[in-house]
Amino acid sequence: MRTHKILHGIIYHALILTLGLVMIYPVVWMVMGSFKNNTEILNGIALFPASFHMTNYVNGWKGFGRITFATFFANSFYITILSTIGTTISSALVAYAFCRIPFKGKKIWFTCMLSTLMLPSQLVLIPQYIIFMKLHMINTYVPLVLPHFLGQAFFIYMMMQFMEGIPKELDEAAFIDGCSKYSIFTRIIFPLLSPALITTVIIQFYWKWDEFLQPLIYLNKPAKYPASIAIKMFADASSTTDYGAMFAMSSLALIPVFCIFLFFNRYLMEGISTSGLKG
Amino acid sequence: MNQKGRRFLYNDNTVGYVFAMPFIVGFLCFTIIPMGVSLYFSFTKYNMLSHPVFVGVRNYIRIFTDDARFPKSIRVTFFYVVVSVILKLSFALLVAVLLTRKAKFLGFYRSIYYLPSLVGGSVSVALVWKQLFATKGLFNNLRVAMGLSRLSWFGDPKLAIWPLILMSVWQFGSSMIIFAAGLKQIPTTYYEAATIDGAGAVRRFFSITLPCLSPVILFNLIMQMITGFMSFTQVYIISNGTGDPNDATNFIALYTYNQAFKYNDMGYASAIAWVLLVIISIVTYVLFRTSHHWVFYGNE
Repeated sequence: MRTHKILHGIIYHALILTLGLVMIYPVVWMVMGSFKNNTEILNGIALFPASFHMTNYVNGWKGFGRITFATFFANSFYITILSTIGTTISSALVAYAFCRIPFKGKKIWFTCMLSTLMLPSQLVLIPQYIIFMKLHMINTYVPLVLPHFLGQAFFIYMMMQFMEGIPKELDEAAFIDGCSKYSIFTRIIFPLLSPALITTVIIQFYWKWDEFLQPLIYLNKPAKYPASIAIKMFADASSTTDYGAMFAMSSLALIPVFCIFLFFNRYLMEGISTSGLKG
Repeated sequence: MNQKGRRFLYNDNTVGYVFAMPFIVGFLCFTIIPMGVSLYFSFTKYNMLSHPVFVGVRNYIRIFTDDARFPKSIRVTFFYVVVSVILKLSFALLVAVLLTRKAKFLGFYRSIYYLPSLVGGSVSVALVWKQLFATKGLFNNLRVAMGLSRLSWFGDPKLAIWPLILMSVWQFGSSMIIFAAGLKQIPTTYYEAATIDGAGAVRRFFSITLPCLSPVILFNLIMQMITGFMSFTQVYIISNGTGDPNDATNFIALYTYNQAFKYNDMGYASAIAWVLLVIISIVTYVLFRTSHHWVFYGNE
């Protein structure tokens, strides 16, 4: 009976682990590919390179037409960090209003917020583009960053759910002690919200980092491109694709996401399971 | 500040609107006004160079009668959404159930299975996918190793959609985490009672796990469906923005994008976007309306 149980355990773990390896294989293959030469990438079945070359990283980093990946990554960080700060602060403000303050029209606005979660982005993309074009904001980061300072429905909802868990007695005690509703937010709610804020920062960071469609539409000067668009340029039909360089830069682009995964996994998992975000 | 101003400032209505202001401004400027503009454009011919010309419902007539690419795009998108969402959620549920038993390394395993969801939306992974399914890519090499012939995954209209479906299914991680959180909520006493009554593992799954989890399933279904309908980056990268071969991967999001930004036909693209909104609304509504037949909420 006991050996049966151990055997069962071994089979279980072997199965889960094998499937897990299959799952992460494409990512490992890409990282390994960044150390191979192009013929090895295109023809080889072997996962590991015959010898580790750094040439792909050197070639890839040179970028396109004098613009190196230093620029592209700097652009990515700039867009991503600004957007993340914007989302976090503005969503916390709005969540506080919806969760704690009884004001006229609250229900209607709340319904509006939930409905934006289901709105296909294509619908507003075209008019938004035309509006920003008329305002001469193409090739600036305004269209990419500004909407984030006006609250993101998904994160507002997530923060509201977290805020429900903060005891109302704290607000009441502070109110009796003479705190206004404004200082209740800055002194009590905002500091206590920090786990939800961290989750927001993490998720928004990696969403924005990966973003493709918006920069594709709003930016057409290579000097303004974020890494996601620049990497795509390796595969553009006009020239033969340098797969090694492409995988090298792709691997670099995944590093921030991997770091989040390694260091903030717990917040990520909690964020997903409380609010159910999409993949 | 005088008494009156103070009272106004600390009034709940004022406080509420001050804090909700970012959302209200954003909602008006980035949702309501664009929607109105988009609705107007959908009744015009507009190429961004000249002024929009009002053409009535001609764009809508063109969508339904005069554009063979549109119904095909809808068919392809529906096929993609239905197959990938069903497979993805089944996988997510299966793995979530497998990973709830008390075993070591569960957190580690969950992380591994979650990783594809985290990186899957990126351009990098789409490019890798394209290479994995290339003529001399890994999947074809595996087929050769098994004695099968090489397939032209992205050249054959019958095959081209499958790498995309597989890529979506591969990212089952976030649905899995949501299922795992739902599974934790099911009281273990249910299972104990069922076991005493002689129910086997399969019976327990269908009679306890599935019904208890049904609200979570509905939620996942709707979220994944909407994501599927809007999926763009992967197909844009893999087909180089064309939806080839022969429109076999011309997803509705890609088609709208091309109509707007490649052919500069903003009016027609807006009309397509509105049709898409109506379709998503109908599907969501049907899911909600039929959900009381199969979704069980507690205390019933």
